[in-house]
Amino acid sequence: MCGIAGIIHTDDRHAPPSAELLHEMIGAIRYRGPDEFGIYRDQHAGLVHARLSIIDLLGGQQPMSNEDGSLWIVFNGEIFNYIELRNELRSLGHRFQTQSDTEVIVHAYEAWGNECFLKFNGQWAFALWDAQKRKLILSRDRIGVRPLFVRQAQGKIWFASEVKAIFSDPEVPRSINSQGLDQTFTYWASIAPVSVFDGIEEILPGSVRIYDSDGAHREWLYWQPLYADPREPYQLPIADATEVLREKLMRATELRMLRADVPVGSYLSGGLDSSLVAWMGRQAKEGSFQTFSLRFDDAEFDETVFQQLMASQLDSTHHDIVVSRHDIARVFPEVVWHAERPILRTAPAPLYLLSQRVRQSGIKAVLTGEGADEMLAGYDLFREAKIRQFWSRQPESKIRPRLFERLYPYLGRSPNQTKGMALQFWKQGIEKANLPGFSHGPRWSTTSALKRFFSADIRQSIAAHPAPDVLSSLPKDFGRWDPLGQAQYLEVVTLLSGYLISSQGDRMLMAHSVEGRFPFLDSDVMEFCNGLPADYKLRILDEKHILKRVARGVIPDQIVRRQKQPYRAPDAISFVGKDAPDYIRELLSEKALKESGLFDSAAVSKFYQKCLAKGKNAITSATFSNSDNMALVGILSTQLLDNLFVRENRHSSGDRISFVTDIDRVSNHAQHATQENSL
Amino acid sequence: MKITQEEIGLKVKSFIQDNFVFNGQDIDSEVSLLGSGTIDSTGILEVISFLEETFGVRFDDKELIAENFDSIAKIQSFMFHKLGDAGS
Repeated sequence: MCGIAGIIHTDDRHAPPSAELLHEMIGAIRYRGPDEFGIYRDQHAGLVHARLSIIDLLGGQQPMSNEDGSLWIVFNGEIFNYIELRNELRSLGHRFQTQSDTEVIVHAYEAWGNECFLKFNGQWAFALWDAQKRKLILSRDRIGVRPLFVRQAQGKIWFASEVKAIFSDPEVPRSINSQGLDQTFTYWASIAPVSVFDGIEEILPGSVRIYDSDGAHREWLYWQPLYADPREPYQLPIADATEVLREKLMRATELRMLRADVPVGSYLSGGLDSSLVAWMGRQAKEGSFQTFSLRFDDAEFDETVFQQLMASQLDSTHHDIVVSRHDIARVFPEVVWHAERPILRTAPAPLYLLSQRVRQSGIKAVLTGEGADEMLAGYDLFREAKIRQFWSRQPESKIRPRLFERLYPYLGRSPNQTKGMALQFWKQGIEKANLPGFSHGPRWSTTSALKRFFSADIRQSIAAHPAPDVLSSLPKDFGRWDPLGQAQYLEVVTLLSGYLISSQGDRMLMAHSVEGRFPFLDSDVMEFCNGLPADYKLRILDEKHILKRVARGVIPDQIVRRQKQPYRAPDAISFVGKDAPDYIRELLSEKALKESGLFDSAAVSKFYQKCLAKGKNAITSATFSNSDNMALVGILSTQLLDNLFVRENRHSSGDRISFVTDIDRVSNHAQHATQENSL
Repeated sequence: MKITQEEIGLKVKSFIQDNFVFNGQDIDSEVSLLGSGTIDSTGILEVISFLEETFGVRFDDKELIAENFDSIAKIQSFMFHKLGDAGS
């Protein structure tokens, strides 16, 4: 896992990209790959790379080229099937200098051109520079596990794993993008290509973008999640499909355990997904196995019992950390610095602390269960949508909505007012059951209501340039899919790509130089899951039904059968206690709010006072409503973002770094012996 | 002196503006408070507690249904009748 960055000059009048600037750019994200640094420069291009060495520790330095030195790559990620692809390429006559997956990409592109991307099973963001044609090729993996941002202006193209690398060029203006904010306060994240910064685009997951020498670009999706058409018969009975899923998951986990020249550990949340992944990881490789868990001071979020049960079953070397509200508030600025976007939940903060623990124990890569809930319908949102669908056929029925009590048994015991209000919430938009977005309507409208805190300027700007609507760019067959498939698609393109595997995934892991590996996001596993009939995934209201069949017998029954507990952390309550750090009060002051200009300062001040008052007597986080939590965390993180990136631009990494690989085609001498051989 | 429907409506509206809307924007009395995201299901409890304290009433469990509380107009009319009943 690594960090990449670069500059391409499409205007001949520019001097070659400056080594000094490239140095700054990669320095800004050095934590993504602290093991080695490399640089390539010619008259028009500069590529830089920070390496976290996991595969081919000695030979995998970057930037790397093809045999004749016409094609150069900087690559962040892993191509897990690189050995199979390398064999295929060898049989086509390609010769390899290293044992790395990086070199496979270069040759695959030479051999198969634009068809190569679909052949990769992995998690990647890379830039290929065709020095002869002066063409830049940018690509990301199917789901967007690895990040990639780009900016084009004044005859230049900047790209990088993280925006802060692009911002380390003082020439690049920095401001918050209102469309990105608009999307964040709807979908919980900006949706690529929109980013939360003006002039910065996020490369779409599953896409390729090619810039020609004149700076014009074209791009296309080589993959997107597509779901089963319920009218087409499915061949496999569920028992057989369970076996296929087991084999595919096992294979995906093996690839992620064995395709590494360093030990791979596993996260263990106490839930079904990570337990199964850890168990499969344990089977894949002999020897010691390290597992890592998050525990909470607040009992309502804690899952210690299940973690310890699973760890003892695995006989792993188990590590855990206990996270408090105070820890969350303390590290939150660092979390936003790494996430580089506003977040509406504090859930990334504990994961930031957990990756630190992983790194301290000497582990560089971990498996996680991320993706199972999206691929196999684990979330309550899918179950709620199914009941709402059923209810919509008879909206006056008093009996149909009682199914919600199956989902949330506490409702059956609740006073009328709780139940009545909850039902009123789910009844929203029930008349639109046949329209795209039905499943996500309640979430999006609740979140959108927070926009009342935006400043008049931001609201005007959004009114003048509304953000693209996810529902306006759906795949053409969307309407033919089962309602569950439609809901899964929306969940994948909004929350999974934009938040879970980025703000809560890659960014929190890489902050401490740890690579996440996600068996449920294996391309083969995803294709198989997406093709399954809806009722294999969500049977009546039983979520991840087929996965429980896979897990039965190998994972303790208590874990397979337990009610799903969504991963949450203390939100608003972390920021309003009497020992809350000073930065919170400062950033939420009228003065700071006026300076950023993003929010209505009077409205936020009143709201913050209300939260502080509530916080005085708060014992559990239930004191704060869902809206309060999202509003406080969302506003505070946006203020932090503005402060860290727009006002301060804290990008300098301090220490000098030295480049192990230094290809200098500007002064016409290559300094790196191994690279000279390949030229 | 008996409080009028309009006075109830104004008190409720200003409470909701101060405690949920915050930005001084007017809220349509007919709009669904839950449906528009102005208040979520936990927030409604704050409204109910405000009504009990301000008007010195207690609500029966069976009165606490969305039909009575989901807009300012609904609260206004429900409270007016409740206070009327209590007074008579």
